[in-house]
Amino acid sequence: MPSLESEIEGIIETFTNNLKQRKFKGSRDLALNSVQLWKKIIGQMKWQNARELMDKIKEIGKDFQETSPSETVIGNMTRRMLKIVRDEYAMLQKGKQEDSDLQESLQKILTADEVDVDYSKNIPLLKPAIMEHIGEFLTELESSEIDISAQALEHIHANEIIMTIGYSKTVFAFLKTAAKDRAFQVIVAECAPFYHGHKLAADLAEAQISTTLIPDSAIFAMMARVNKVIIGTHSVMANGGLKAVCGTHTLALAAKHYSVPFVVCAPMFKLCPEYVCSLDQDGFNQFASPEEVLSNDEGMLVSRVNVYNPIFDYVPPELVTLFISNTGGNAPSYIYRLLSELYHSLDVQL
Amino acid sequence: METGKKVQSEGSEKTKQEIMAERKAKKAEKAAKKSQPIKTTEHGAVTILSESIQTNTVKADETGKSKADLKAERRQKQEAQRAAKAASVTEGKQSVAPKVQQGKRIPDQIQADRPSVEKRLVKRYVSQKVPQLPPAERKVQLFSHLQQQERTLELLTKDLAVNQSKIHPAVIKLGLQYASGIICGSNARAVALLEAFKRVISDYSTPEQKELSRDLEVSLKPCINFLKQCRPISVSMGNVIRFLKRHITNIPSESTDVQAKKCLHEEIEKYIHENVELAGKTICEEASKKISSGDVILTYGYSSLLLQILLKAFNEDNKKFRVIVLDSSPRSEGLQFLRRLVAFKIPSVYMLISGASYVMPEVNKVFLGAHALLANGNVMSRVGSSQVALVAKAHNVPVLVCCETHKFCDRVQTDSFVFNELGNPDDLVAAVKGKPSVHSIANWRELPKLSLLNLTYDVMPGDLVTAVITELGSVPCTSVPVVLRVKHAETVQLTSP
Repeated sequence: MPSLESEIEGIIETFTNNLKQRKFKGSRDLALNSVQLWKKIIGQMKWQNARELMDKIKEIGKDFQETSPSETVIGNMTRRMLKIVRDEYAMLQKGKQEDSDLQESLQKILTADEVDVDYSKNIPLLKPAIMEHIGEFLTELESSEIDISAQALEHIHANEIIMTIGYSKTVFAFLKTAAKDRAFQVIVAECAPFYHGHKLAADLAEAQISTTLIPDSAIFAMMARVNKVIIGTHSVMANGGLKAVCGTHTLALAAKHYSVPFVVCAPMFKLCPEYVCSLDQDGFNQFASPEEVLSNDEGMLVSRVNVYNPIFDYVPPELVTLFISNTGGNAPSYIYRLLSELYHSLDVQL
Repeated sequence: METGKKVQSEGSEKTKQEIMAERKAKKAEKAAKKSQPIKTTEHGAVTILSESIQTNTVKADETGKSKADLKAERRQKQEAQRAAKAASVTEGKQSVAPKVQQGKRIPDQIQADRPSVEKRLVKRYVSQKVPQLPPAERKVQLFSHLQQQERTLELLTKDLAVNQSKIHPAVIKLGLQYASGIICGSNARAVALLEAFKRVISDYSTPEQKELSRDLEVSLKPCINFLKQCRPISVSMGNVIRFLKRHITNIPSESTDVQAKKCLHEEIEKYIHENVELAGKTICEEASKKISSGDVILTYGYSSLLLQILLKAFNEDNKKFRVIVLDSSPRSEGLQFLRRLVAFKIPSVYMLISGASYVMPEVNKVFLGAHALLANGNVMSRVGSSQVALVAKAHNVPVLVCCETHKFCDRVQTDSFVFNELGNPDDLVAAVKGKPSVHSIANWRELPKLSLLNLTYDVMPGDLVTAVITELGSVPCTSVPVVLRVKHAETVQLTSP
């Protein structure tokens, strides 16, 4: 037993170190790795009943959250695990069918006071059920990009001009799939100061899609000719707002001005049950080195000027037209409902 | 009538008489080589009829009598057309409204996709011996109506003979300064142009049998076309050229060269003094009133006028405010603006344009400069300004545009595509040169599907702007045509005989 515990601690520590050193390339990578980690932990850890398991998950999840507070995907996966445990317990406990479960959750939304289910019963079938469910979840995660790309032809038509910003793997896969059957043009905003747009433009051009690379300042000027804006995002907040790369708010405002549909491609693991207030940028925003903006070569200026380099932008839900996720298209006003299916309200505060 | 036609054009149109005149001049040169007697004619006092007869007879002499009948028919047709035009123009001249109403010509700069227009331009440049830049290999399809050229600046002066007399050396220097971006900015370009023209005028001498008021304009044409090749002319420069042409044609024919030059010099200095210097001072007074202590002011890019305003408010009026300077690649003009602010110890913040939404909640006012104000109330400014105005509007922050009236133009534009300038696409690559983390697209020409776009200007819709501060006061964007009308009425009064 001690060796099992230390083994679990070992893999948790490796994961935490990788988190700190930012070894994960993108949200999907992080999501897959964290779910695989949870699978190992839940599989190997000793727990008697659901209550004990959930407390342990919360404890470990809180540590992860504190290691990397801006990576919302970790918190999402933790909450997902908790929801899986609760669902499996409830199903085995009451032995009811799935649709009555849905009815129960709807009742829970409508009624103010929560009926606290007692999770302390020891059900021997719980562990294999949970492991199976996590396995299904993992397959869903792995195929999330393909599921989103499969919807590309519904949204992109011939001879359209599409605008995007920065580099998003989801959007790249989306556009590549559509380009197999339809001819269209893409305008990529380079997204200073990290200039990820350059990579996307090069990749799209190699995939034989007509691409034009523009600096960020030309977004409003070019919007007059754009038919659709398709972007990826870092996370989707509980009200349908976006936490996306800096410059996305300007893009959304320009799209609104010209009444251009603003489409966000985001797999379900990016959906976060937290809210963000745009006035409290210090709470949700992160800052990168000001050297990217004003290089240290300008010594005379750097010492006398404040330079900011925010990474994220908050985009309010009124500016978003459509969310495309692996389960289909949704309006921003529907996000609250999706949240209740993914996460339990008691788990929002880890 | 000839005056009217010349004023109407934007410096690139040739009337039938001028084409004929030039052809005549060429043939005269040829004839001189063959040592035949030349029939030179005066441009000014001669009636159109006699001119046409002369040209046609010279042609007939050289090309053979068999074409004389065709020539006579053509001459009759031309005379009839000219008579009709004369009637319509004299009618048009009676109205106070500008010549614009007589069938406005679409400028050549936005017809780069029409081969007939291109051919005509090329012929003109060749005849005036103006060097041309080659067209771009990879054109952006959305802007196929605009000139897109490979910006290898050496080609501008490579084929210019050392002793060619068409383009004045001051103009060559100016053109290269424009092309390399040394002189940048609406005001700077207009003033530099006027200074160069002063040199051209003082070095000019009227040839025998010609009038200064006609010939000076003709000799300025190759200079202007050369400057156009170096860099498309700005609205302020266009207004300067029109102003100069108007004054040149209004020089009385009895005045001597010295008198005429003195008069032109005075007019040029008056233009600079009134429209740039005094106007700048008035705008500073007005705008400084709008700034209060404790304000946070946002600016974008570089504007010489804005710099004057902020310095005046900070130093003379002793207002304590902070400035946030937004900037964008590839030009990084905001950096130049920042340098000057820091030199005068104004507390500043520097960010990229993508951070506009981050910083806008704490901004009190947005001040923007303008390249030109269009007649439909839109503001043409450096690319990115309209974005800043849009974000400001979303956060309910007032946007004030500062612009002198010499930058007002009677063009109308609804978006940034119709009329724009495309800069060097390689600048986008150069801006990220030192950064190892950025995927390099230095080989973008090898990817046939990739094009880079470097826009220079964009058009801000008038409803995003709270007020425009001019030397005539703070006006809403919709007052631009009123100001234009008032200005034109003044110039018509001044120049009418």
